[in-house]
Amino acid sequence: MRRATVICVAAAGLALANAAVVRAIDTTQMPTPELQARYEGLTHELRCVQCQDEALADSPAGVAADLRREVRDMLLAGKSDDDVRNFMLARYGDFVLFRPRFVLKNVWLWAAPEVLLVVGALVAWRVVRKRARLVSADTEPLPDDGSN
Amino acid sequence: MINRFVIPMVAFVLLAVVLAVGIKHSPEKGVIASPLIGKPAPQFSLPSLSDPTHTVSSAALRGQWYLLNVWGSWCGTCRDEHQMLLDVRRSGRVRLIGLDWRDDDSQARGYLQQLGDPYEFVAADRDGRTAIDWGVYAAPESFLVNPAGIVVYKCMGELTPDIWEKEILSRLPKAQAAGS
Repeated sequence: MRRATVICVAAAGLALANAAVVRAIDTTQMPTPELQARYEGLTHELRCVQCQDEALADSPAGVAADLRREVRDMLLAGKSDDDVRNFMLARYGDFVLFRPRFVLKNVWLWAAPEVLLVVGALVAWRVVRKRARLVSADTEPLPDDGSN
Repeated sequence: MINRFVIPMVAFVLLAVVLAVGIKHSPEKGVIASPLIGKPAPQFSLPSLSDPTHTVSSAALRGQWYLLNVWGSWCGTCRDEHQMLLDVRRSGRVRLIGLDWRDDDSQARGYLQQLGDPYEFVAADRDGRTAIDWGVYAAPESFLVNPAGIVVYKCMGELTPDIWEKEILSRLPKAQAAGS
């Protein structure tokens, strides 16, 4: 029992230490909370180009560190969030954006969920209506079966 | 009765077609299509690897075909590719320029001393800024630029004899024009 507790505590400690290491990938501090928030927003919505399933903020790759430095420098130079996105877009293409742009070639990406929702709603409505009709048929008084 | 199965079947077939098209057209996993193709090559002005007091610049390349090869002494695939680069240099078909990416100068020089130096010159991009302008994300990468300064082709990963033949030689003017 005591041993189990020790193991649990050790595991929790390890997990915490791990979390600390993960957090340490990006230690950039921006001068104001507002810039910090924008910096963190951008580095989380931009994709790391090398380890491609991670956000820029979470990637230990060298090129990700370089790109974070670009984001930081551009924000410090007074550039807007869109300036930063366009900078990345011009160099790495749509791929770098975890949130796809709303442009013609991406329209189907944005429209598909809505279309599917409408189709699903129509199907559900038809099914419900059909069943409702059955229920009303059900509640009509039964013909006298003669048991009374 | 038939009606009951027609709609699910049609939906299934449609879904299968959509997925098949998606799989067929999905880019090779991990390869990012360069938005640079057909656009002017990014300019750079960097210290020369062989003599860091000298600056090498893309302006010197205007008016001629060149192949910009992004490499680093830390990069394993670059080592595999090196013999091909030496062959490219020997062929004399295109100017071969190196961009030494996020590297230590002395290690990079040692690498070229050991394996041979195929480059006309090498620009040392120590902080990786020029590489970002070129949209570089994993060495090696090679960019073919035409005399008008437009990027016409990008080779992601190792430059193989096959790619050299099919993608690069085919875009270059005929052999006599380039001279050797």
